Amino acid sequence: MELVKPSIGLIFWMVVSFSIILFLLKKYAWAPILKMIKEREESIENALTAAEKAKEEMKSLKSENERILAEARNERDAMLKEAREVKDKIIAEAKNNATKESERLLKTARENIQNEKMAAITELKNQVAVLSIEIAEKILKAELSSDEKQKTLVKNLLQDVNLN
Amino acid sequence: MASKINIFKHFLLIISLLFISYKGFSEEPETPASTTEPTETATHEEEHDSKLLSFNAGEMIVEHVADNHQWHLFGHTSIALPVIVKTDKGIEIFSSSHFGHDGKEHYQGENYTYALEEGNVIVVNEAGVINEGATATLWDFSITKNAMAMLISMVLMLIMFISVAKAYKRNEGRAPRGLQSFIEPLILFIRDDVAKVSIGEKRYQQFLPFLLTVFFFIWINNLLGLIPFFPGGVNVTGNISVAMVLAAFVLLITIVIGNKHYWKHVFAMPGVPVGVLFILTPIEILGLFLRPFVLMIRLFANITAGHIIALAFFSLIFIFGEMHAGLGFSVSALSLLFTVFMGALELLVAFLQAYVFTLLTSIYFGAAVDEGHEIHNHTDEH
Repeated sequence: MELVKPSIGLIFWMVVSFSIILFLLKKYAWAPILKMIKEREESIENALTAAEKAKEEMKSLKSENERILAEARNERDAMLKEAREVKDKIIAEAKNNATKESERLLKTARENIQNEKMAAITELKNQVAVLSIEIAEKILKAELSSDEKQKTLVKNLLQDVNLN
Repeated sequence: MASKINIFKHFLLIISLLFISYKGFSEEPETPASTTEPTETATHEEEHDSKLLSFNAGEMIVEHVADNHQWHLFGHTSIALPVIVKTDKGIEIFSSSHFGHDGKEHYQGENYTYALEEGNVIVVNEAGVINEGATATLWDFSITKNAMAMLISMVLMLIMFISVAKAYKRNEGRAPRGLQSFIEPLILFIRDDVAKVSIGEKRYQQFLPFLLTVFFFIWINNLLGLIPFFPGGVNVTGNISVAMVLAAFVLLITIVIGNKHYWKHVFAMPGVPVGVLFILTPIEILGLFLRPFVLMIRLFANITAGHIIALAFFSLIFIFGEMHAGLGFSVSALSLLFTVFMGALELLVAFLQAYVFTLLTSIYFGAAVDEGHEIHNHTDEH
């Protein structure tokens, strides 16, 4: 058989068998294979998109968390500050009150002391008066206990008197 | 990754261009013009030259490359194949072993006596003289060596790809394994870099089964043709009939799917003056048939040339060996080296020709279904 002369038998068998194999492969091989490849590609694509989305979500979640954290920190700081202020205020007030109270107490004490002192002085004065009278009485009694003494006294007194 | 793929693409393109131009320039213009004569005369000359020696390289090469009614395995062992002939008296089926190992014997069929003449079945009378009238009515539908090899390769393809399809069902949504992972990049290559690029996103899916079948048919048969023993070593894709049927499928599909836009470009190219159309339209109509024709010639010539070169290198050993044994041995080392080199090259060519055929086919399909939004694809492969 010559090389470049087509033979009818081979052409016939080729047409028949190629048509059959084209049909069979199309139905049982290419269709499922291409479908599966496409599905897998799509699923990979979807998975990648989902991962990307999750990453984005994580990112936003993280920033949200950070925002909340910062807020909480600020709030805490504010609260602490407020508490400190309240504390200072209370302390200052207490101090103030205490000073006032102590001053008042001191004042009353001082007044009391003064009163007591005055009373004591008066008492002392009275006592001194009584005592002086008693002493004078006793002295008088002693001076005038005998007649002689009385005469001496009178004499002295009379001596002092300058009768002019 | 992407850049790697690009480099690979460019490499492929350059290589394919080299081959296209080289093979194209040397063979396309000649072959259609003078179909059988040059080869025939060449064969005869070789025969005359080598008749002095007992080893006939030309005869051996042609016998291996051409189709045959029996499948020669080694030495005197060959597989007998069914001969199916239809004559004016009806269909007859008999084994090719009736023709004898060297094909010199006659077979007395029910209607006629048959004999082989240069591989063709002819009708002879009792004396062994050709019966011209009956031979003219004879149609040879035999399962020849090429037909058998083609059927074997198709069974192989069916087993391969249906098992791969099953693997896809079994491994659904998971990474490919085994044969599946070997086939998948090729399928993706044809889908993404051949069909999608040249046909377009919208319509490529419709042609993918045909393109994939053509690609793998050519590639697998090219590879099987490189295997030197049964069931390989047969020049299936390098057979003009096989290449012709493939090209005819391409032509037929292009004609069927061609849209209004495509036919308008063929019969009345828009924007071209009427006077020029008288020249252009015949060229376009001719081009319609020329493109598949060139596909056929390219495949046939490349693959057949590969087989001839490989065999020619081996023949050198025996030609020199007949002159002197020592010479044969020394030449054998050289020709072995060349054959290994050619084998590596043919491996590349096997893929390349399958790729080029598929690529050009998809470009023709792309042009036929082009809606006119893109620039018309005047692919010129000369």
